Amino acid sequence: MRRMSRGLLAVLALCFSAATFAAADINVDTPGVNALKQSMRERFHELRPYLESGAVGLTADGLLAVRDAAAVPLAQRQALNGLVAAQNRDRNALYAEIARANGHPEWAGEIRNTFAQRWIQHAPPGWWVQSGGGWTQK
Amino acid sequence: MNRNWLVLPLAGAMLSACVTINIYFPAAAAEKAADKIIDEIMQQQPAAAKPAAPDSKKEETK
Repeated sequence: MRRMSRGLLAVLALCFSAATFAAADINVDTPGVNALKQSMRERFHELRPYLESGAVGLTADGLLAVRDAAAVPLAQRQALNGLVAAQNRDRNALYAEIARANGHPEWAGEIRNTFAQRWIQHAPPGWWVQSGGGWTQK
Repeated sequence: MNRNWLVLPLAGAMLSACVTINIYFPAAAAEKAADKIIDEIMQQQPAAAKPAAPDSKKEETK
């Protein structure tokens, strides 16, 4: 019986450590996250004019989309599509990497939703954002 | 020995409660982390974050 109660104590201790772990921060300081951040920062610099002109908008799923290709000169369209695709690849990788780095790959969807909301929150007035399926200008 | 039947299910219930606690998504922490990353990506000067090379560029304003 003594051994049994000691076992119970161990289980209880495990519970508390698990609860503490659950309350812990999301760690985003990993080499993978930093590398993605760096490449996204450089590309964002090139994308900013298109976001400002409304050619590109922020989607509800935490990505970018070309919403008005006609606003871009024909010669630049292919390059812009490539930029948007590359940025979206990095964004998808970022959401998955944060989830993985925190030991919960299944959180990727929730992290994506969190980022989608925060991207839209951070967008300055004039940028186009997707809400409820349609585009609106902030 | 009889008490095993009482203690074991109890321990099992507690363990499963632990698992339930452990899988909740820390929404507030995620929001904070997202804000930090987004701020860094949206910085106006992409070179500002790397103060590694001390080149002749004027860093200080008077």
